[in-house]
Amino acid sequence: MHELSIAYEINSIIDQYVKAEQKKFIKSVRIKIGKLQNILPDSLIFCFETISASGNSPGPKLEIEQVPITVECNKCGSVSEIEGFAFNCINCGDTDIKVITGNELFVKEIELFEEEKNEV
Amino acid sequence: MSLVTIERKILEKNDAIAAEIREVLRSKKIFSFNMLSSPGSGKTSLVEKAIEQLKNRIGIAVITGDVQTDLDAQRLNRLEVSVAQIVTNGGCHLEAGLVRDALNSLNMNGIQLLIIENVGNLVCPAGYDLGEDTKVVVLSTTEGDDKPLKYPAMFRNASVLIINKIDLLPYVNCSVEKIRSNALSINPHLKIFETSCTIGAGIGNWCGWIESKIYS
Repeated sequence: MHELSIAYEINSIIDQYVKAEQKKFIKSVRIKIGKLQNILPDSLIFCFETISASGNSPGPKLEIEQVPITVECNKCGSVSEIEGFAFNCINCGDTDIKVITGNELFVKEIELFEEEKNEV
Repeated sequence: MSLVTIERKILEKNDAIAAEIREVLRSKKIFSFNMLSSPGSGKTSLVEKAIEQLKNRIGIAVITGDVQTDLDAQRLNRLEVSVAQIVTNGGCHLEAGLVRDALNSLNMNGIQLLIIENVGNLVCPAGYDLGEDTKVVVLSTTEGDDKPLKYPAMFRNASVLIINKIDLLPYVNCSVEKIRSNALSINPHLKIFETSCTIGAGIGNWCGWIESKIYS
């Protein structure tokens, strides 16, 4: 259940931006997760929403972009997306390959909104 | 409404601490590995065997992680090496900050080998860099030969696979050849050892590998 640890880390990163941007609030957070990271998106969303909610107010929405595993063959040079976790070149079958995508785990962007001033 | 691009690694704090640990260990010429497996595969027994064989020639320290108890540290303390126990209180993996604190509690004078025995779990610890030189994954024959396919990230991230409890092969439905082919389909560069802590099979090869990695 490392999704909870991951959720805390995301919260800690975005918190820094709320403090820096006075009177602005985070509406949504977009993150990228590679399939090699073993993270369940639904679990991560549940954990993040649970720790970032304040009282009855929901916290920011977490939007997850999953990145497939793509590899480049060191023998024939072809780039392919692999299904499952069979780490060989789809073109020539060689196992001498380099992982290009699939290890991502980062916060890509945050969407901020400014609190409206209530005129008296 | 505004969109702010931040592009920050989620585990940046963990990775920064891991980089510090790696630098410290390398400056002191201490080889380290992170031992990972599901619960009950025999990690602690393999560590005990390595200590018994190597402690007269190599200075050894062990950091051992457990969800709830210090039973592993009690076992290893009997072998008179430096041992630090991390109890995660339910946490399913070790993080670099925990390892740094444990390292600070150990006397590292004369240490040439640091073994980090992770919490038994084949999923969560895979993504956490602890500052080790390499990852060693242990799989016992009682777990079945399809484990590498079920937990590919762990086998992909490791450089060594120990197939343990080979003395039980006559009694379980498990093929070492299938473990090998499944693991190598995930990670063709894996170095593989077959061991049994009960009958001592393969322990010499496993310890020989450790010794070959010690800084001269």
